[in-house]
Amino acid sequence: MSDVWLVVVLVGVATVCAKAAGPVLLAGRELPRPLSAVLFLLAPALLAALVVTQAVGGDREIVLDERLVGFGAGALALLFRAPLIVVVIVAAAVTAATRALG
Amino acid sequence: MLAHASGFGGIAAIVMSATTFGGSAQFAAASILGTGGGVAAAVVAAALLNARYVPIGVTVAGEFEGSPLRRLLEAQLIVDESWALSRRADGRYDRRLLIGAGLLMYCTWVGGTALGTLVGDSLGDPDRYGLDAAFPALFLALLVPQVRTRPALAAALGGGAIALVLIPFVPAGVPIVAATAACLVGWTRL
Repeated sequence: MSDVWLVVVLVGVATVCAKAAGPVLLAGRELPRPLSAVLFLLAPALLAALVVTQAVGGDREIVLDERLVGFGAGALALLFRAPLIVVVIVAAAVTAATRALG
Repeated sequence: MLAHASGFGGIAAIVMSATTFGGSAQFAAASILGTGGGVAAAVVAAALLNARYVPIGVTVAGEFEGSPLRRLLEAQLIVDESWALSRRADGRYDRRLLIGAGLLMYCTWVGGTALGTLVGDSLGDPDRYGLDAAFPALFLALLVPQVRTRPALAAALGGGAIALVLIPFVPAGVPIVAATAACLVGWTRL
């Protein structure tokens, strides 16, 4: 099995289990509050790490390149409450333009 | 299309949309694999990203009924958007709205993935179109609605800082997994 398929299967199983855990097993009871708070905070912590690694991450080095210009433009679009798809397109387009000029 | 940029085949991307049905985890797995982060890092980060569906599932657990299999299948339609939409003013959840919105998003999502892989195949080198910058912008856009509370903001800042510090010293993917330590602010803030 290729790496990609291994990831697809494992992440798929993990997600199905995570979503079904509450409705199938608990049926009304609640998780301990600290545990539930920690699980809620996983998403913002991970998404922030993904922003950083995708914006400036390289092979064991910080890389500052055209990506950062496009990313900044995307962030600016976000500041003006642009919808998600517009933010993504602005980031890609500005990066491509910077690359073509540079 | 972003999956294509990371070397995902068309069928693999569509199957992932159908089974995982959670955008941020799919994008995370694809981007970590795409930057050479390895299978383990991609799976751990994506699975942890979707771990939020455990408490989210718990909040709506009381609204689901029927056999365990039916509850399991209906629970797959829980995504951030359908969950947020179905929350009523009294703090309970409208199961029919959740399932309706979830189904609609599911069809759009899987169909969109299929379309994206078809178009993506004919485009060539994705970096030429700046798609590598689309990933961080996408994650930022997904992050912003999640940091409405102080603990969430603290977790995000902590996670970002951990990743930034670790990038030069460890293989790709590890900084992302390590950043999950930041969610431990949840223990102290309660």
